[in-house]
Amino acid sequence: MSPHVETRDISREYDSVLALDRVSIGAHLGQVTTIVGVNGSGKTTLLKILAGLDSPTAGNVLIEGHEANPTQLRTHATMVFQRSVMFGTSVYNNVAYGLKIEGVPGREISQRVKSALTVVNLDGFERRHARKLSSGEQQRVAMARALALEREVLLIDEPTANLDPANAMIIERAIRDSSQSRAVLLSTHNLPQARRLSQHVIHLYKGRVVEESEPSRFFTSPSDERTKLFIEGELQF
Amino acid sequence: MHPIIEGIIQAINLILTGDREVFSIAALSLYVSVVGTLLACTWSIPAAIALALRNFHGKRILKGLFNAFIGIPTVALGLYLYLLLSRAGPLGYFQLLYTPNAIIIGQSALVTPIIVSFATGALESVDPDLRTLARTLGASDRQTYNVVIKEAFWGLVLAILAAFNRAFAELGVAMMLGGNIRGLTRVLTTAISLETARGDIALSIALSFILLGMVMSLSIAINLARKTSQ
Repeated sequence: MSPHVETRDISREYDSVLALDRVSIGAHLGQVTTIVGVNGSGKTTLLKILAGLDSPTAGNVLIEGHEANPTQLRTHATMVFQRSVMFGTSVYNNVAYGLKIEGVPGREISQRVKSALTVVNLDGFERRHARKLSSGEQQRVAMARALALEREVLLIDEPTANLDPANAMIIERAIRDSSQSRAVLLSTHNLPQARRLSQHVIHLYKGRVVEESEPSRFFTSPSDERTKLFIEGELQF
Repeated sequence: MHPIIEGIIQAINLILTGDREVFSIAALSLYVSVVGTLLACTWSIPAAIALALRNFHGKRILKGLFNAFIGIPTVALGLYLYLLLSRAGPLGYFQLLYTPNAIIIGQSALVTPIIVSFATGALESVDPDLRTLARTLGASDRQTYNVVIKEAFWGLVLAILAAFNRAFAELGVAMMLGGNIRGLTRVLTTAISLETARGDIALSIALSFILLGMVMSLSIAINLARKTSQ
């Protein structure tokens, strides 16, 4: 089965610094593909390109085998960021924002907002001011906002980096549930989390894919020396 | 009784009895300043949006110029506009000099740098990640601008308020372009200047009370509205 979303030899250069170097990866519907790597390895750059927020300097991004430009990508994918950013309004309006832009009818918006908030355990939070919530609750709103859009590709960048275990567990459960109908690409350097959630793990190092496989093999018998060191926490960067 | 105390009492009397001249001067002041400020908004807000949210060559120079022009002496601006609008000037054909429209033009030119600079600052202070977020949720360029404008709403209101206050309280432009003609172009500041020179302290104080009262009550009202909305 071909991947739902894939990159073919994409590179991204910023001021003659190569952030991504001929990266080819794919993510399938119904699966969580996790990208691991040290800080500065290119994880966020890769996700931003897949989200249509940045363009590769070389290579292509494909959706269902067809080349897609950033505008097309933005209609297929949405992204949850490490730092949750809230619009200065209610939780309801935050979650409904993308749906209103899509022109979804009001009644359907209400239903989708409600069910997205249920997934992240925020029932009854609709009228609360989003910026007055705790950081964990804000991250859950950000997750609900992405889920409500029901895009086929969900890109999640370090979603639990600053969260306590209770909030992290809710986010992880939401990622697992949402992956049933989506291609989820998760960026993290939380290796236990990658192991728990993924069907496929990719190791990015200095902008290049150095290892990729299913979690059992990735974590027990990696073929690349840098991946071994990364798993053991000894990789220098 | 001390002349100032006497002036204050007479001023209060003029205001409470609804003196026609006092209120017609105040009404004209309000009219030219509101129209001048709103007119300036029509180009200053789009300019601020472009300066804050778009990238182009010369942007920093432009921002520096607008900042520098905030402090332009009103008399100097009045002089340049006088030369433009006077009968021998390039816009003399329109016969605008010594009309309320001339004051409106002058005040809109005067407050343009204030609106542009303050509004640019307000828009730039919005978290840039909000635009990125809006884009990931499907927003077009225009819709991401709307997000930023909405976030910066009270900053923009304060920029417009500062501009209005500057227009309402300035003297040089109104004097040089309006000519302080009684019943036609006499506004609060020119009237206060004239009446003080003529020794009519009571009328000057009454006019100054209205000037200060309007500026302060508008500022208080907007600040209250801002606090209530938050």
